[in-house]
Amino acid sequence: MTKPTKSAAKDTAPKASGATSKIDAEVLIEHTGELLEAKKPAKSIEKTAKMGAFREMLYFAVRNNKLIIGLAIVVFFLLLAIFGPYLAQHAPADYGTELKPIPLQHPPTLHDGLYFGTTSDGKDIFAQFVQGLRLAFLVGLIGGGVASVIGMVVGFTAGYKAGMTDELLNMLTNVVLCIPVFALLLVIAAFMSIKGIIPEALLIGFVNWPWAARALRAQTFSLTSREFVSLARLSGEKTWKIIFKEIAPNMSSYLFMMFILLFGGAVLTAATLDFMGLGPQGTISLGQMMNVANANSSLLLGIWWWFIPPGLAIMLIVGGAYFMNVGLDEVFNPRLREM
Amino acid sequence: MSLQIDNLKVYYRTLAGDVQALDGVTFDIADGEIMGLAGESGCGKSTLGNSLISLTGRMKYVEGKVTLDSKELPVWDFGEMNHYRFKDLSIIPQYAMSAMNPTRKIGKMTAELLDSRGVRHKEILPELKRRFELVGLSHDVLDMFPIELSGGMKQRAVMVISTLLNPSLLIADEITSALDVSTQKAVAEMLVEFRERGYVKSMIVITHDISILYQVADTILVMYAGKLAEKASAETIINSPRHPYTRLLISSLPEVGVTYSGKRLEGIAGTPPALLNPPTGCRFRDRCPFAYEKCLEEPPFVEVDPGHYTACWKEI
Amino acid sequence: MRRYLVRKLITYGITFFAAVTIDWVIPHLMPGDPIQALLNRIQINNQDTYNQIYNQFAKSFRTDLPLWKQYLYFWDSLFHGDLGISINIFPMKVTTLISNAAPYTLSLLIPSILLSWYAGNKVGAMAARRKILDNTALPVSYALTATPYMWFAMIFAWTFAFVWKILPADRGYDPTAIIGWNWSSFTNLLKHWILPASSLFLVAFGGWAIGMRNMIIYELESDYSHYLEALGAPRRLVRKYAFRNAMLPQITGLALQLGAVLAGALVTEIVFSYPGLGMMIYTAIINQDYFVIQGVFLFIIIGTLIANFIVDIVYVLVDPRTRIGMQGGQA
Repeated sequence: MTKPTKSAAKDTAPKASGATSKIDAEVLIEHTGELLEAKKPAKSIEKTAKMGAFREMLYFAVRNNKLIIGLAIVVFFLLLAIFGPYLAQHAPADYGTELKPIPLQHPPTLHDGLYFGTTSDGKDIFAQFVQGLRLAFLVGLIGGGVASVIGMVVGFTAGYKAGMTDELLNMLTNVVLCIPVFALLLVIAAFMSIKGIIPEALLIGFVNWPWAARALRAQTFSLTSREFVSLARLSGEKTWKIIFKEIAPNMSSYLFMMFILLFGGAVLTAATLDFMGLGPQGTISLGQMMNVANANSSLLLGIWWWFIPPGLAIMLIVGGAYFMNVGLDEVFNPRLREM
Repeated sequence: MSLQIDNLKVYYRTLAGDVQALDGVTFDIADGEIMGLAGESGCGKSTLGNSLISLTGRMKYVEGKVTLDSKELPVWDFGEMNHYRFKDLSIIPQYAMSAMNPTRKIGKMTAELLDSRGVRHKEILPELKRRFELVGLSHDVLDMFPIELSGGMKQRAVMVISTLLNPSLLIADEITSALDVSTQKAVAEMLVEFRERGYVKSMIVITHDISILYQVADTILVMYAGKLAEKASAETIINSPRHPYTRLLISSLPEVGVTYSGKRLEGIAGTPPALLNPPTGCRFRDRCPFAYEKCLEEPPFVEVDPGHYTACWKEI
Repeated sequence: MRRYLVRKLITYGITFFAAVTIDWVIPHLMPGDPIQALLNRIQINNQDTYNQIYNQFAKSFRTDLPLWKQYLYFWDSLFHGDLGISINIFPMKVTTLISNAAPYTLSLLIPSILLSWYAGNKVGAMAARRKILDNTALPVSYALTATPYMWFAMIFAWTFAFVWKILPADRGYDPTAIIGWNWSSFTNLLKHWILPASSLFLVAFGGWAIGMRNMIIYELESDYSHYLEALGAPRRLVRKYAFRNAMLPQITGLALQLGAVLAGALVTEIVFSYPGLGMMIYTAIINQDYFVIQGVFLFIIIGTLIANFIVDIVYVLVDPRTRIGMQGGQA
């Protein structure tokens, strides 16, 4: 915009259109240079600004009910998973011995550490339960982690590079998306019998990523089209630097929330697989507990202490994680904060 | 018509307290007057414009009186204001380019909007088409989706729709900011044309681009940090401003035909005060080259010449 | 529009090709002689039966042919509708087993998916408007969507069939009843259907309610909503637009969620011993019934792709922007 000259009457053509062409290109570049200089404040100011943003998030985080409650539930079960096996007085697969018999099909009691009772053939349900918790968290973290990484790489590359790369990756994502995850896992697990909890987690991770890739791609698109990235590009910043300094900080919160969702999904998928008998043999997971319980007519016989705890734990852990996510969304997005 | 604003205060609620974005403004607009509203980002001009139409989100009405055509507008009552919206006062929003439902054809959306406001859209259709022609849009636009139009076309469509019921007051919020210069010219001319044809009686044109105001506005009102700085005819503001802020603002604009190589463009040093806890007295005193002790006391917004108002101790 | 649909068909074609290939490759990844490995697990005592089954397998596998020809033969039999023969229920054809079981699974799936989608969207939209409903419906929905399908099924079965003995929780119909086209058969089927269907419905419902609620809130905060409000449009018009626009991603969501609900249906069937594909797979896994698993996988793939395509067509009809050659929410 320029200063209107005295002779210009109101209804003649605005000077603006002619004037811009007269401004020196040099001036423009120099002026832009000043703008860029202004953009990079002294390191200390930058640092305090970042600290301020983090502090502000922390302030909201500790006051957000959903986050606190969800986190509390998940942490509770995590602690139970870590320390529980030390509290259990029997091994998960142990039958009682003559010296130390375990009653069959016994409801919960404090005696002998059988807090959750025993199965129909005399195994300690609490011991199985806490081991199952460990496995559940392992599967969730690894499965969710792998899916997050793949989703991030695919989604981000597609969104950032655009063009042909985008088209190809998009097609790949859509194809994997179409295949019903469960059917695929079914076939793989049925024939290749999963050898352990980690292969199971990896398998789930390799199959669960498309949805995350899609979301991250959309997010990348919206970020790369923003001005601060264009500015960084203009000022000649290297590509990887742009990625790390400009885009990643904005995506990291989104990525974290995505990971939590993938964590929940992995836990549920693993439980379903195990329930069908496709999980790793030898270890007892929560899904397997329910499988065996069901196969042994626990419903008919009313052995509720067998089949209720495993599923309840999954519901609480995954539900807590989802709830936590809602709270996180409010912390990360100021617009959502309740007044 | 006329608009009288009397000591209007609108704050934003935040967790840290109330941001006093619009802190007691008083002015008049006469019948047929196009008033430009200028100032830097955060001065309160958008708050002023939007608070007249609807208080949304975090905006909070604190006090003040708004009178349009001798009727007091109940700006604090969202439901009551519906009476006046679209018919007596209207707005071309800042987000005009995304103001239309992306999954509805423009004609259909307009028809549904009109019907919902008790106006039979069939009757007004010929007029709608005429006005589209006036702004350079073909009738086919009515059968298109917003995504099929360019930014400028969407802008013009919104301009027509907003003024379709001939409101007394139109608020145009940064309508040229996202356009290229030649479209800016066209849009500015359209605004004046609307007034000439009587589609709109008076206008408040909100912008930070003073050169547009020079082309379009009869008077210009300059705001700073939630308060009024100066109001006068456009000619006076551009050529003989009296408030120090206005003077610095005008002089910081580059002049036509002059090369500035080797010389920096002068801005105004410093930044506007935060409005969470605004400073007492004149809000410009920290950046004003003429500030003296009296400035610790807030200057009143008074008439210093006929039709020329300003709030500065030096000029009173 | 055509471009959109053609792109989809290409994707489905590739998916189908990949799925069939996977289906053929994976069993061949088992170490050693696959036929012998399979037969060893079954423990057939009679040498004649053993030889018979072995030959049957050898024929189906066409192990006399080089690998790539075996692969093509697989495709060939697929197009002839031959999915092999069950080992466990020898010599019943897999296609027959599937056609017996599929109606039960579909009778669970289709009503549950459609109803939960509809009800979830309605409740989600209402929750977006009323704070009180939001505060109750939302946590419940989150709990439901985090619940494993089979666990909920067990709770349901236990409560309604064993604690309060009001409904049956096993099989598709009373074994003593004679099925025919009569009213009592129908009520019989219905009685056995209601518990698994409700269980499936409730868990799926949660996810839709949450999704719709978030979408509505998002739409109500959009620029076009604000513009309508600024021009004094009544709430119902703003809400109508918000609802219509929020539905679009929910339709695409339907295709995405298909797999999850299917898995849920399968495990629900296992809990209720409902004679659908779920039970079939379960038994097949226990008995290492190779052809059945392979065949069901293909059936599921084909069904899913068809369902996806139907959803795509519906989307094209509903989102007006796709008809003018623009890609709507999909990309």
